[in-house]
Amino acid sequence: MKADETLDCFGLLCPMPIIKTAEKIKQMKVGQVLEVSATDEGIKADMPAWCRTTGNECLGVEEKNGEYHAYVKKLA
Amino acid sequence: MQKEKFVLVVFSGDLDKVLAAFILATTAASMGMEVKMFFTFWGLNVLRKKKFTSGKNMLQKMMNFMNKSGADRLPLSKFNMLGMGPAMMKVMMKQSKVPSIEEFLKMAKELEIKLLVCTTTFSFMGFKKEDFIDGIDEYCGAATYLAEAREAKVSYFI
Repeated sequence: MKADETLDCFGLLCPMPIIKTAEKIKQMKVGQVLEVSATDEGIKADMPAWCRTTGNECLGVEEKNGEYHAYVKKLA
Repeated sequence: MQKEKFVLVVFSGDLDKVLAAFILATTAASMGMEVKMFFTFWGLNVLRKKKFTSGKNMLQKMMNFMNKSGADRLPLSKFNMLGMGPAMMKVMMKQSKVPSIEEFLKMAKELEIKLLVCTTTFSFMGFKKEDFIDGIDEYCGAATYLAEAREAKVSYFI
């Protein structure tokens, strides 16, 4: 998946990836996609939950070799 | 759109419980909620400046000497073992890049979380406003908390 911006959250535990995502999304434009890379498994459930609450779209969370890549499209 | 509210009473002054309170508060703020943290009783130690003691009379001074102030001097609710527990916990938190309570406090201010201080505990413990860190949003009582809590979507007592 292609992203306009990326956010490195490797090694960070909950809730830091979510807090950093919220901060980053604020600076982006509506329609842009953010890729959040993390190693904390919690992101699989947390990113869709954050998107549901904030009105953004979670395009999916990919998992490979213990890494998670979540894609968020800014809608709100 | 009116923001949903999340209010917490931080009664406990234990490192582990305060950490949980801050994790939820900062996450809620990141989810677009309006967050207010109402600190009372031992919870006030989080917002007190590091001082040898404080208080207006002898009893208060003795109590506040034992009741250590400062966000980096909180005990653990379990395995405190004269401070060995929290010292170990802080190292473990750092190893896992978990922010410290001081860092969470800073983050809370950046996320516009409101920090409220209970005036009742404040008074009978003999505190002064100078005993507290900068950035306290309000000194208030139970009615303020309840007025907020009845409008809040989520309300916690930690």
